[in-house]
Amino acid sequence: MSAVEPAEHQAANVSQVAEAARSGMPVEVTRSRGSTIWTAIAVIVIVAVLFDLPRIVYSGTTNLLVDFFFLLIISSMWNLLAGYAGLVSVGQQAFIGLGAYFVLIAANHGTSPFMAIPIATAACAVAGLVVWWLVSRLRSGYFAITMWAVASVCELIIIQISSLGGGTGTALPGLTSNPTYLDAYTYWATVVVAVVGLAGIYFLLRSPLGLVLTAIRDNETGARSTGSRVARTRLVVFVVSAAGCGAAGALYIISQQFVVPPAAFSVSFSAEMIFITIIGGIGTIEGPIIGTIIFFTLQQTLSHYGVWYWIILGIIAMAVAIWAPRGIWGLVSENFGVRLFPVGYYLWPAGESPRRFIGGKR
Amino acid sequence: MVWVSAIVQGILVGGLFALFACGLSLMFGVMNVINLAHGDLAVIAAYLALGAVTVTHVPAIWSFVIVVPIFAGGGYLLQRTLLQAALNRSVLTTLLVTFGLSVVIENGLQQFFSANSRALNIGNLITESFSIGSQITIAYLDLGILVVAVVVLLGLQFFLSSSRHGRLIRAVADDREAAQIAGVSYRHVFGIAAAIAFGTVALAGIAFGMYQQFDPTIGTDQLLLFAFEAVVVGGLGSLWGTLAGGVLLGVAQQLGAVYNAADQMLAGQLFFLLVLLIRPSGIFGRKETA
Amino acid sequence: MTSPPLLEVRELNVHHGQLQALHAVSLAVPAGGVHAMIGANGAGKSTLLRTIAGLHQPTTGSILLEGEDVTRLRPERRVAAGIAMVPEGRRLFASLTVEENLQVGLTSARKGPWNLAAVYDLFGWMRDRRAQRAGQLSGGEQQAVAIGRAIVANPRVLLLDELSLGLAPVVVRRIYDLLPRLLDSGVTVLLVEQDVSQAMKVADHVYCLLEGRITLQGRPLELTFEQIERAYFGISSSRNLPAGPPAQAETGAGGNQASGAGTWSG
Repeated sequence: MSAVEPAEHQAANVSQVAEAARSGMPVEVTRSRGSTIWTAIAVIVIVAVLFDLPRIVYSGTTNLLVDFFFLLIISSMWNLLAGYAGLVSVGQQAFIGLGAYFVLIAANHGTSPFMAIPIATAACAVAGLVVWWLVSRLRSGYFAITMWAVASVCELIIIQISSLGGGTGTALPGLTSNPTYLDAYTYWATVVVAVVGLAGIYFLLRSPLGLVLTAIRDNETGARSTGSRVARTRLVVFVVSAAGCGAAGALYIISQQFVVPPAAFSVSFSAEMIFITIIGGIGTIEGPIIGTIIFFTLQQTLSHYGVWYWIILGIIAMAVAIWAPRGIWGLVSENFGVRLFPVGYYLWPAGESPRRFIGGKR
Repeated sequence: MVWVSAIVQGILVGGLFALFACGLSLMFGVMNVINLAHGDLAVIAAYLALGAVTVTHVPAIWSFVIVVPIFAGGGYLLQRTLLQAALNRSVLTTLLVTFGLSVVIENGLQQFFSANSRALNIGNLITESFSIGSQITIAYLDLGILVVAVVVLLGLQFFLSSSRHGRLIRAVADDREAAQIAGVSYRHVFGIAAAIAFGTVALAGIAFGMYQQFDPTIGTDQLLLFAFEAVVVGGLGSLWGTLAGGVLLGVAQQLGAVYNAADQMLAGQLFFLLVLLIRPSGIFGRKETA
Repeated sequence: MTSPPLLEVRELNVHHGQLQALHAVSLAVPAGGVHAMIGANGAGKSTLLRTIAGLHQPTTGSILLEGEDVTRLRPERRVAAGIAMVPEGRRLFASLTVEENLQVGLTSARKGPWNLAAVYDLFGWMRDRRAQRAGQLSGGEQQAVAIGRAIVANPRVLLLDELSLGLAPVVVRRIYDLLPRLLDSGVTVLLVEQDVSQAMKVADHVYCLLEGRITLQGRPLELTFEQIERAYFGISSSRNLPAGPPAQAETGAGGNQASGAGTWSG
């Protein structure tokens, strides 16, 4: 618990350490405060239950969970991009659409759609590299809206390709005709992508790269001093986020069994990931999880009221962004000091119980 | 000749793009904020004009007399409340809030006006035109919109360079904090800039509503991107750059349409990405990075 | 009953994030004269000036102008109340002309002797070059315009932040030579100066700041070199260190603080 790694010292907010050191108080820095081991056990149990679910419940439930995990994946990827790397994009639907169409291309050539998920993921990572080359110099609003234009270009190009169904769309070939198996396979594939995606983000944030990301999140000007490291870190995050959205897009076409460009490249995907992340809590792993639960619940209860649910969500998201910028998870963790995924750090007086919290970052 | 005709049509529609773009450019230049709801505001203006025509029976062409002041006032209020609250957090918060606003507006319009397409009825003006030679036809409406765009840009240029409030807008855009200690309320100046931006986008929305049919989604699907692309192509910091950007974007679209009608949008987008790649500060912009 | 001092600062605590930049700073500036703040880099001088101008909100404490509490006023309202500032680094509106810069300074101006014509009389060269863009001026000329922009508001208190920064000594002297003309018009000057000897020369009263606290104040003639050295560096009298330029290593643990504080002095 009290083992202090040099790298984690670096992560600590310099001013806090300086303040504490000035007051003559010896400090220790740790990632976690005891809750981690229970989180790990809980995660293992939840994942095990999730994998067993198709044997226990009807496909209606697992189909709902496919939608749920899809939202969780895309919002976690957007959170990684915006919450940690400071890159607010409203064009990540480019990679969702591309992921879907890469699966379609592979399936047209005889590959099983499920086997095509990793292919589409890798292809979207490459597409992410290409797009990054174009947008890497842009910041803030320029970046956001240029990504939107990129998504629009992808859609307009796909519409021109008649072998992919053009503007009217096409069905995905190569899926099993047994609906029970199809539902179960789709569900398992979704769980695998969600677990791999979230674990990937978790370990990315725990890696040395994560320290740079935390620094960017907390203070861009300060983090700029590390120059090329920041640029490289942004590249990695952008590519990971593109790949993650690509995998989500692959799941999207498999669960829909059909694809049409305006839906696959819809800006409402951006609205979903942005609202989920803001409401849940931007810049934390837990935020998108909480956000997805809230969003999903609202979606299920308000779906009869048509567009009203978008209006309500939009208003909530604006209010949260302005008045509770750390989101619902931020309010919870501030008031109760809990944290499920130890990717930040805590500062506490040396030799004392970790309960006396003097500073730190999520 | 078909190419010449395409270029002429591109120049004509470019005026409309510039009209969309100048408000976006002004808000970005002064507040450093890209208003992602900009396109949706234009659509609201078109619906508002429709409502004004229905209620007061003014000719559609005069509806701006009612709509533009409402928009300017609304812009000032929105800036002083919601947008200022977001700006107090950060530029990224403002970006997210304007995105939320865009979603709320688009769905609100769908709720109240349905997803059906509408148009502002301007009677015979929609079809009246004159010809130059045998190939080039110029619609009076298109020419009128271009003239309005040029007049608005001229007026805006004059306002910014010669009026007291224009001077304050430039000062705040240069250095917000220095303006404060010189006795300027930058919040009020932001409000004025937003009022102008909203006024011009209302004009653009009404012009667009006469030019073609509109529906609640066209603001995000097309107008915002057109406006942004005109700003980037022309380069920030110059209203004439914005006009040139709008015209170039219009010409690129029309030339794409000559090749294949379905390529019109794509040609414009690719032209934009090309400019972004080769000259990110825009063709007529100052040599600054975005 | 005596009238309140022109400018009074009471128990001012200012934080930048989790760093405390000012610790319970109090001072009372009577009307008239030049009052100078000296101190090492990051001592909190600029923070104090910027807080008085309204660019920082204090955590606790208050600022009074002739007994009126201005602590919660925005910077532009303080200009109207009579506090104007020449910021560190001039901060002119680079794309505006000289005259436009001065006109912006008129936005919340009070009534008084200063106007554009008076500023042009004060700086002889300025009238002929009023149509030039401020960004094209030399550093000294920019400093003159910055002073003009502040003075046209007819302030009662003029805050001058690091006037000499980045200027040649001859230019600095020319600017300081103008101070009497400003004082004659009834302005009280509160300035921050890095160059201690310059401050001692022009000031009627000096305050020395160290790590966010006022460690010494008085009339320049009544202060000894040793007193100032101690107040400036925070060195205890038992350790006799050679006089020289401020070296952060000598301040021990404070060195950390000073380097961290670099961000809040600007």
